[in-house]
Amino acid sequence: MKYIPTIGIECHVQLCTKTKLFSEVDNDARGKEPNSCVSPVDYALPGMLPRLNGEAVRLAVLAGRAMNCEINAYSRFDRKHYFYPDSPKGYQITQFYHPIIGAGYVELPSGTKVRIEHAHLEGDAGKLTHFDNYSLVDLNRVDTPLIEIVSMPDIHSAKDAHDYCKELWRLMRYAGVTYGDLYNGNMRFDVNTSVAPEGSEKLGTRTEVKNLNSFKSVERAVEYEIARQTKVLESGEKVIQQTLGWSDATGKTSPQRSKEVAADYRYMPEPDLPPIRLSNEFIEAESAKLPSMPADYRKKFAAVIAGDVLEVLLDYPELMKRLDKLDEEYIKTIANLFASVLLAEEKSAEYLNDLPTVAELTELAEMNKKKELSSTATKEVFLRLFDPQMKGRGAKTIAKELGLIQENDLGALEAIVDVVLAKPETKKAQEDFRNGEEKVIGFLVGQVMRESHGKANPSVVQEILRKKLA
Amino acid sequence: MRIANKTVTATRLVKDALAKAKHFEDYNIFTALYEERALKKAAEIDEKIKNGESVGKLAGAPFAAKDNFLTAGDETTASAHILSGFVSPITATSVAKLEAEGAILIGHTNCDAFAHGSSTENSYYGPTLNAHDKTRVAGGSSGGSAVAVALDIVEFATGSDTGGSIRQPASFNGIYGLKPTYGCVSRYGVVAMASSTDCIGFFTRTPEDMDLVMSIASGKDEKDMTSLPDYYNADDTRGGVVDTACPSDTLQAALAKSSCSAEPIVSATPPLRIGIIKDFDNDVVDAEIRGALKKKCELLKSKGHEIVELEMPSLKYALAAYYIIQPAEVASNLSRHDGIRYGFRSEKSKNLDDLYGNTRSEGFMPENKRRIMIGNFVLSSGFYDAYFLKAAKTRTLIVKEYEEAFKKCDFILTPVSPNPAFKLGEKVNDPVAMYLEDLMSVPANLAGVPGLAIPAGETANGLSLGLQLVGPRRSDRALIEFAKELQDE
Repeated sequence: MKYIPTIGIECHVQLCTKTKLFSEVDNDARGKEPNSCVSPVDYALPGMLPRLNGEAVRLAVLAGRAMNCEINAYSRFDRKHYFYPDSPKGYQITQFYHPIIGAGYVELPSGTKVRIEHAHLEGDAGKLTHFDNYSLVDLNRVDTPLIEIVSMPDIHSAKDAHDYCKELWRLMRYAGVTYGDLYNGNMRFDVNTSVAPEGSEKLGTRTEVKNLNSFKSVERAVEYEIARQTKVLESGEKVIQQTLGWSDATGKTSPQRSKEVAADYRYMPEPDLPPIRLSNEFIEAESAKLPSMPADYRKKFAAVIAGDVLEVLLDYPELMKRLDKLDEEYIKTIANLFASVLLAEEKSAEYLNDLPTVAELTELAEMNKKKELSSTATKEVFLRLFDPQMKGRGAKTIAKELGLIQENDLGALEAIVDVVLAKPETKKAQEDFRNGEEKVIGFLVGQVMRESHGKANPSVVQEILRKKLA
Repeated sequence: MRIANKTVTATRLVKDALAKAKHFEDYNIFTALYEERALKKAAEIDEKIKNGESVGKLAGAPFAAKDNFLTAGDETTASAHILSGFVSPITATSVAKLEAEGAILIGHTNCDAFAHGSSTENSYYGPTLNAHDKTRVAGGSSGGSAVAVALDIVEFATGSDTGGSIRQPASFNGIYGLKPTYGCVSRYGVVAMASSTDCIGFFTRTPEDMDLVMSIASGKDEKDMTSLPDYYNADDTRGGVVDTACPSDTLQAALAKSSCSAEPIVSATPPLRIGIIKDFDNDVVDAEIRGALKKKCELLKSKGHEIVELEMPSLKYALAAYYIIQPAEVASNLSRHDGIRYGFRSEKSKNLDDLYGNTRSEGFMPENKRRIMIGNFVLSSGFYDAYFLKAAKTRTLIVKEYEEAFKKCDFILTPVSPNPAFKLGEKVNDPVAMYLEDLMSVPANLAGVPGLAIPAGETANGLSLGLQLVGPRRSDRALIEFAKELQDE
């Protein structure tokens, strides 16, 4: 029997606001002492009241629009109760009944559409570190603004699960709502997987793998779960609904400490925060600020940039903005240069933090077009555009300094060719060529290149040689 | 209000207040006195007066704060064991505003732990005694503040009123107690009880004092998103003020339906139409209180005002709805007291669950625990719709019923509680009898409308009697103005 997997994904995105969701404390705790970014509100002293950060609301609107979602003009907060030291208030402030972001969809590169059920604003929890007989609490992350994006169960393969998470990551970064640093947990994925026999109307029992923070682990965990659950069903047993953890090291999922009773969060409307009411004007004005999205670029550049190259480049929103500003005739050249750097040179994303200007890139592409630079030289100059020591000098200056400009001047090249043809050591080759030995032309071109110290344009040289030896 | 000037020094006022506080020690009014600091502040004010510098509107006036108002550097426990040792790093907005006008805080006053109660008997520090009969309760939960004002120890005192905690002790001790419109005075820095009905208010001996204190304490606070723009001091309170928070709006059931905006503010020009609620005129209410109400109505009529009988059929559900919504919010708000970060922590515990369990078992009073259990029950999945949601819908009906009532009348006059001050220990072991104390005070909390307790004579055996005036949202100032008219009998 064939089994069809069904996958739904919840994704937490940390918003890159300056301050926290409900207090004025610094939201960016990277590299800071534990418990140094905590206000009396975050610490949940008695008598403290949350103050909603308007910027978080604005970013939520952008995030929602990036996923083609409805933005709800009316939304409000609720309290989700649980006792754990990572939650100083004893509840998380979230949006259970009236989320800010309504239904929408994300389109994967393959064209598959994954519907978004809703997304809501909420505060993050603190962090616990466990030791042998004690645990330490760091509240720096408490009430960092999050949006939780809940997908519909529209995904049916590990590859699509991977692509969905990656596309979300791109969308959130294009919309500018998160730093998108996966290693530091800026985006985290909870993946629900079930399998059911083909043709079955009911979905199978699902498991939830929590807290994945890379696309690769999402893909591997889903692959593993599909295989595991299929095997369980094939052996006539039942899949147990449970929460699982994933280990990259073992490549396996394993049950997390199971709660004997289902958690009852005792949701209650948050009485300390008035509802959020957004005007249409606000929603429209903010939506208009959204830059081009990956889907826009796919449409726009379909004829110009090869699909696989484009998918590599799409991970870098700033890079795409740069490409978009170039003259159309140069886009392909520059896109390929970026792709070769990212793929072959294995340069990290940081390498692209400080991109060359549109003017510099245009200059480089022009030189390439005019054949002033060979393809190797073009790449060489391109790399130098990122070099801190050469930054800002421009492609032409760099090319000159490195002596990479090709000699295209016919008169000058003819003179060099004449010098080479006058040399006794080339006489034999000239004769052989005249006698029809086509491949010696390469030797002669090489001699001319040497004479020109590599600056001659080899195809022009060949043309001259052919004319002279005819 | 006695304030410092060229003839009376702030030091004199503060010294007198402290001496009286000590003299009445057996009433168990204060949980802490700040003698040294108060005298230092008084000296500073006296120095300014001497130098002809300007001092605030409350210069040198000694006041007391209920023990759930945080003041920086002081141990503030809400008279609850679980907050023992907790020293606040901040000062409540309301207290800070009063201090900025020169008022001098001399101490924190006793209350029911976390303001849970109607007699101040649920305090970790023991009960406060009634100002006029030491065998009787002070009322509550703001009992200490009420008695401090009634015994003339301080010029005014702060209180919090979630279901009657200012108005009932005010009436038990023969003084004025205002529960303002929800959101009128900032809640920031006051230990929360039930956030959607908590109101910060005051005890004074005259309506004039109440007006003065309110003119200073009210207004928008950036730190409290449910606080309202300052309408109290606006010259034209009729227009322009847009409500940002409506208590019914905190409830899912009332979504965008209730018209909370721009209710007209009554002008105090006679003749006014005064509503009385027929349902409250029954045997549950003490005969002498009903007598006092009748007498006040006669007085009003003699002054040319009109008495209007009101039918408010939903009010009989107010207490039931309140004792669902309030414990739910209480259970939620008390979750933060877990022994991890501050306050009391049980040392017996071996693991995390133990730590939570033991700390909360030993740290909370029985009444706190009762409300936590009720609250968690009504919020639990499977019961939410039947209890919390239904109560929320009832609340919406009550909000609407007040809106309708205020089309027919300008103010409503009712008893505050069903009886005058009761004996110590009389109700403390009968929670339902204690909850019934709130019968006629909670509707105003659910609707977010202001209620002012006013003195209304005495019983035959010398106990204070009180009545309450209830007005539409944001009619606080008109309410106080009207109370001035009612005081001359």
